[in-house]
Amino acid sequence: MKIKKGYRKERLDRGIKARVDDVFAISSYREIMYLAMPRTLFIIFLLLLPLSGSITGPYWQGVIIITCIIALLTLSWTFMYSVGLISLGHAVFFGIGAYIAGWLSSSLNLSPLITIPLAALSGAVLGALLLYPVLRLRGIYFALITFALPLFMMRLIEATGCLGGTAGLSGLHAFPSRLFASYLVIFVLLFVLFGYLKIMDSDFGLVLRAIRDSDLSVHAAGINVPLFKAQALFIGALPATFAGAFLTHYYRFVGMTAFALEYSIFPITSAVIGGTGLFPGAVLGAFILTPLSESLRAFGTLRIAIYSLLLVLFIVRLPEGLFSFIQKKYFQFERWVPLERKDDNAK
Amino acid sequence: MQNEVILKVQDLSRRFGGVRAVDGISFEVKSGEALGIIGPNGSGKSTLINLITGFVKPDKGAVFYKGNNITGLKPHKIASIGIARSFQTVKPFYNLPVYKNLIIPLYSNRVKKQLKGGCMGDRDEAAMHLLEEVGFERESNLPYKITGTLPHGYLKKLELARCLCLDPEIVIVDELFSGMSMSEIASAMPIMEKIVAEGKTLIMIEHRLRELFRVVQGVMVLNFGKIIARGTPEEVVKVEEVKEAYLGKEGETVA
Repeated sequence: MKIKKGYRKERLDRGIKARVDDVFAISSYREIMYLAMPRTLFIIFLLLLPLSGSITGPYWQGVIIITCIIALLTLSWTFMYSVGLISLGHAVFFGIGAYIAGWLSSSLNLSPLITIPLAALSGAVLGALLLYPVLRLRGIYFALITFALPLFMMRLIEATGCLGGTAGLSGLHAFPSRLFASYLVIFVLLFVLFGYLKIMDSDFGLVLRAIRDSDLSVHAAGINVPLFKAQALFIGALPATFAGAFLTHYYRFVGMTAFALEYSIFPITSAVIGGTGLFPGAVLGAFILTPLSESLRAFGTLRIAIYSLLLVLFIVRLPEGLFSFIQKKYFQFERWVPLERKDDNAK
Repeated sequence: MQNEVILKVQDLSRRFGGVRAVDGISFEVKSGEALGIIGPNGSGKSTLINLITGFVKPDKGAVFYKGNNITGLKPHKIASIGIARSFQTVKPFYNLPVYKNLIIPLYSNRVKKQLKGGCMGDRDEAAMHLLEEVGFERESNLPYKITGTLPHGYLKKLELARCLCLDPEIVIVDELFSGMSMSEIASAMPIMEKIVAEGKTLIMIEHRLRELFRVVQGVMVLNFGKIIARGTPEEVVKVEEVKEAYLGKEGETVA
C-alpha cells in the first residue's frame, strides 16, 4: 500500500449505508436495491448455475454439486465455530449421514426423498449424542476429540466389516435426474444460509454467541449451557449429515471415503478464506476453493502444493477473509485527508 | 418475610491440593440483609461464593436456600432459583453490543416467561431499561458499542446489570469496586443502596471498606478459609484478630 506523506487515510461509511442502517430510512428503490442486491444477485447466480450445463458440460455440473456440498459443510462448520465448538473432524457428521442413507437405501429399499431427510435428522441426533459427553471441553481439547472421531469410525467399519466393510455399499437408488439433484442441493444451501443468519440474529443465537465469549457468564445468567450446546450441535450437524446423505445417493455408493480427511479440511480452509465465522463468507470460500481445486487437477500431484500456496497467500494477505474485505469495500470508502499538525505524525 | 433465614451455609469446606481454601464455614443470612465479606487476598472469599453458586463443588458441608438443600446443584439452576452473582474478573460477552449482553439472562427460563411472549422488542427494551439503571445513558451511544471497547468501570457495571436482569432474591457481588475510579464508585453506590432498599438480600465481597460499610449492616471477616469475626462494621474493626489479619499495622485508618 502506498502511503501519501502528510496525509492520513480515513475510512467512512458510505452515505447510503448510513441511511439504510435505520430500517425506517428506506424510502427509495435505490436504497432497497443497495441492501437487497448482493443477496439477490447471489440467489439468481445459484439458480442459473444448473442451467449452464449445455455450455460447461457434465463434468462442471458435477463440480457445481460438489461445491454446494462443501459450502454446506462449511456452513455447518461455521455454525459450530460461532458457538465456540471448533471441529477438526467434520467428516464424522458427513460420514454418519452418508452411511445412514446408504444403509436405509440398501436394506429397506427406500427412495432418496425419504432416506435423505431421515439420514440428515437421525445423523445429526447421533452426532450430537456422540459429542454430548465431551461438550464440557473447550478449544483444542474438543477439537482433538472431533479429529479422532472420523478415524475411529473409519477403522471401526474396516475392522468389523459391517455396513459393507472396505467394499462399501453400492448400487443405491439414484436421483430422478442430475438437474433435480442440482436444484435440491442449491435450495437446501440457500435455506441453510438464510436460516442460519436468521437463527444467529435471534435471541437464541445471541445466547449461542455468548457461550463462545464466556460460558461461565452464561451459566451465571441461569442458562443451561450443555443443553444449548447440544442443540447447537444438532442444528450445526444437520447440513453436514444432509451433505453426506445427498452425496451417497448422487454417487449411488457409500464407502469408507465418507470419513475421509478432505471433508474435515475443506470446510476449515473455505471458512478461513471466506472469513471465519461469517456464513456468507463460508459459502463464498467454498465457491472459490472447490472449483479452484478442481481446475488445478491439470497439474497432477502439484495440485496440492499450489493449493497450499494459495491458501498461505490468502491467510497472509486477507486474514479477515474475503467476505469481510468485500463487505468493507461495499459499505465504506477510503480517502486521504491532510494531517492538521506535524505532532500527530510523531506518534 | 424480613428476618427469615434465606441462605444458610453449614460447615462448608473445600480444599485445593493442600490448601484449605474454605474450611468449615457456617453462617446464616436473613432475607433483606446486606452482608459484607472481607478478608485478605486468598482468604477464601471468592471460593466461598463459587461454592454457594455451584461453580465449585464442596468437599463437605451444605448450602440451604429458603430451607431447601441446594448443595451440588448446577450453576444455572442456582441462578434460576434466584441467586445471582457477579464475577471478580469481568466476564462480559466481548463480541456483542453492550445491551445485547443482557439479552442472555433475559432469555433464561427464570425471566423468559415474565416478558410478554418473549418478543424480541420486549427483551431489547428490558435490557435498555436495566442498563439505564446501572448508569448507561440511553441517549448516548454506549449501549450500542461493542462490549470489548468499553472502559473497565463500565464493564463492572455491566456485570452488575447482568445479575440484576435475573430479578434475583440474593445478589452476590464479588469485588465490584476494584478497578473502578472514585467517580465510578460514587455513581455505583446508589445502585447498591437501591438493591438493599428494594428488600433484596445482598452479599458483597469488597476491599474498599469505607464504601462497603455505607451499604451493609453486617460484616463477616475471613482468614485462611475460616470466619474470624462477624458483627456490625463498628464491632468488627475493633476485633484484634481482624486488625492483625486484614488491616495490618495501619488498622487505625480504615481503608
